[in-house]
Amino acid sequence: MVYDVLIIGGGVIGCTIARELSRYAITTALIEKEGEVGFGTSKANSGIIHGGHHGPPETLKGQLEWEGNQQWDTLCDELGFGFKRIGELTVAMAEDQLPTLEKLQDYGNRKGVPGLELWDRDRIQAEEPHISQEAIAALYAPTTGVINPYEACFGLAKNAALNGVEIKCDRPVTGIRQEGETWIVETPQETFQGRFILNAAGLYADKIAEMAGVRTFRIRPRKGEEYLLDKRLQGFIKRVIFPCPTAVSKGILVIPTYDGTLMVGPTAEYVDSKEDLTTTAAGGQNVFSHVTQVVPGISARDCIAEFAGLRAVTDSEDFIIGPTAKPGFINVAGIQSPGLTAAPAIATLLVDILGDEGLSLNPKDDFIPTIPKPIHFASLSTEEQIKLADQDPSYGRIVCRCEFISEGEIRDAIRRGARTLDGIKFRTRAGMGRCQGGFCTGRCMELIRDELGIPLTAITKRGGDSWVARPRHEEVSQSC
Amino acid sequence: MLITNPKHLKPDYDVVVVGGGPAGMGAAIGAKESGAERVLVVDREKEAGGVLLQCIHPGFGLHHFKEELTGPEYAQRYLEQVLDQDIDLATDSYVLDLDRDNRVKLMSGQAGVNVLSSKAVVLAMGARERTRGAIRTPGTRVSGVLTAGLAQRFVNMMGLLPGNRAVILGSGDIGLIMARRLTLEGVEVVGVYEIMPHANGLNRNIVQCLHDFDIPLHLSTTVVDIHGGDRLEAVTVAPVDGFTPDMSRSQRIPCDTLLLSIGLIPDNELARQLNLRFDPVTSGPLVASTMETSKDGVFACGNTVHIHDLVDFVSQESELAGRNAGLYARGQQPPPDNIRLIPGENVAYCVPQTISSDRDHTVYMRVRQPMENCLLRLGDVYEKKIRFVLPAEMVNIKVRPKFLQQFHGDSLRVDIAPQQ
Repeated sequence: MVYDVLIIGGGVIGCTIARELSRYAITTALIEKEGEVGFGTSKANSGIIHGGHHGPPETLKGQLEWEGNQQWDTLCDELGFGFKRIGELTVAMAEDQLPTLEKLQDYGNRKGVPGLELWDRDRIQAEEPHISQEAIAALYAPTTGVINPYEACFGLAKNAALNGVEIKCDRPVTGIRQEGETWIVETPQETFQGRFILNAAGLYADKIAEMAGVRTFRIRPRKGEEYLLDKRLQGFIKRVIFPCPTAVSKGILVIPTYDGTLMVGPTAEYVDSKEDLTTTAAGGQNVFSHVTQVVPGISARDCIAEFAGLRAVTDSEDFIIGPTAKPGFINVAGIQSPGLTAAPAIATLLVDILGDEGLSLNPKDDFIPTIPKPIHFASLSTEEQIKLADQDPSYGRIVCRCEFISEGEIRDAIRRGARTLDGIKFRTRAGMGRCQGGFCTGRCMELIRDELGIPLTAITKRGGDSWVARPRHEEVSQSC
Repeated sequence: MLITNPKHLKPDYDVVVVGGGPAGMGAAIGAKESGAERVLVVDREKEAGGVLLQCIHPGFGLHHFKEELTGPEYAQRYLEQVLDQDIDLATDSYVLDLDRDNRVKLMSGQAGVNVLSSKAVVLAMGARERTRGAIRTPGTRVSGVLTAGLAQRFVNMMGLLPGNRAVILGSGDIGLIMARRLTLEGVEVVGVYEIMPHANGLNRNIVQCLHDFDIPLHLSTTVVDIHGGDRLEAVTVAPVDGFTPDMSRSQRIPCDTLLLSIGLIPDNELARQLNLRFDPVTSGPLVASTMETSKDGVFACGNTVHIHDLVDFVSQESELAGRNAGLYARGQQPPPDNIRLIPGENVAYCVPQTISSDRDHTVYMRVRQPMENCLLRLGDVYEKKIRFVLPAEMVNIKVRPKFLQQFHGDSLRVDIAPQQ
């Protein structure tokens, strides 16, 4: 079959586009190399929906940031992933940083971002008492939010699939060619044909463009290390805290994640390899030394997990969105920060571009905008908990004690598609808490075994060669 | 039988014990002995016994039962007492919430969600293992890096092996035990690497688990990098000067498994929810000599309070906590403590943090540094010679009222100093 659109890349950009296209009477497939959507760059994203005022209104980035920001409330309502507008503070520690705050406020005002306020020291101390007394002023933006980026990917992909998009994971693209007006995309498992290719391949967007013969840019990965802190610090900082940005980076942040833990980071460092997801001793020192200047009460001793992600940065530092010299091949590349924020706006922009390129887009009558929301047992009321556990006792049984995740939620996650320990972790948070799976890994493995009917030794952390345990040696059976 | 049916829960109890490991069961028995009638132990696993159930090696009970038992045997002894004494046991159950009035919100896989009232509560939730994040070990996030306790669960309870060739980081007791266990199962154990200049496990475990199996222990050495794509492929180790690695002497060691045995942290989510006062050194709640926390009617014991190296001491401490919880439930609390213990030279902490001058107490403490031929001094009221002390081995001392007859202050310094 010839699809109307093939999306290469199942990160948050590919998933948002897939979901947006599923509103129309066209055929679409999303092709992802990892075992699940969102398992690449999106998984390690900081999860911030930026306030809308960071980029200059003249740039594509600046416009899409604010447009995208405004669309997340609806997406969250429809798809049921975690999103909260908690606000942010950009903090100035010295007089010479004040013009930066004014510039950001001006960007915001020109774009119509509401509620921006300049706070003085007293206001900062009143609202965020754990910020350093050295902070002299801050720009407050109430429009900033936090989400779970991987949950967003799962929700978007699930809804796109419900509306007819084919989601094809474990399909690394090995070749792209054109036959007449049809694009052929090869993967080891199968070959796809399509009229349009949307290149949303993140770090590998340059390789995909090269395969199509239209490589005009290069992706240089820029690594960010992030450090997750113990839930003990929940509420210690209520808003996303930015230092004053510099030319190269928004700096090292304190992020109260959607789930209540604090995360600190990211670093920003160019690396050679697109697979370099290492954390480093220097990165950790860098993060904690910067963060403790702004929030002195945070300590590296509170760290429970560390990880690194790569930003897909192009030479031009701007998004590359649009048609190429080859008709039907459209780039959605170089989507670094604030790419997550801008994603919904990028998706609607792509609909316009596809229309301009000759794809007829008729809205479907039977588009279903919502998916059932997963149950989060711990956040239900006592009455709801009593009722649910009566109906299904597995909801009364706690598996992950750090994050209060019940067996029912884990079974549901497996039924919704989790195949790996990470698949469970990113859907339910089991294993994401302070013990990092020390208690629940064994139990989660038994649940995967029971639900999928596979041996414990076939279970992986995240697919590929990430096996978790092997069988014991054969018993010596010879009689002596 | 290690399971009881939580469907027969009563709506109100004298004492509810959170946690069914040795601390929880000890506390329940203590509560019953002191006259509490309705006592409930809650455990989240399907079987009570806590971490003992996965500790199939011997060495338990030498002090408490005067014989050498395995972990499950030790648990079984306790469990039989619990059941004999008509204590209710809700396994497969979890305390979701404790409110100001000690109402306990209980979730159970068999009986749904219930809210019970209780006159006194004992927190005995044990501890969790520190993870890679706690020491921020750099490198990739591969499969094959796991805590020693999880590996123990794999091997002893699930019939699995964590890998083929293992490096152990940290010389905590669980890591040492697992070095031997994995060797017996045919896993190659390359060595144990410890960042401190001294081991962090019991001396007997160093001898019985490493020396007896020719497994090398590298002191003042740590893992500085973790390599691999999906699964662990190698680690880089380096000697340290203090905590700074000397990369010029680093070494890459191929392995597919890294066990972390880097310490335990008291598990006290509930204690935090209750806003109890904490000891920053133990990471557990502050306790009086009755094991009562800073909240009336809430007691704590076992690894929830501080990390023990021997379960026997957990038992002693827990029975004390349980007895006092039972007395509290009956309105018979002893008068409050009048002396605060101050950790002095080479003493990291003391538990309990306060004592009373008119009763016998056992005070537990840990030293910061190994020391030989030392003197344990309680202010100027008492001293005792000790041949050697190690950070890995808890020190305890009986404090008797007669020592304190001449003492009229409100704080007493505890030192462990070299003998002159």
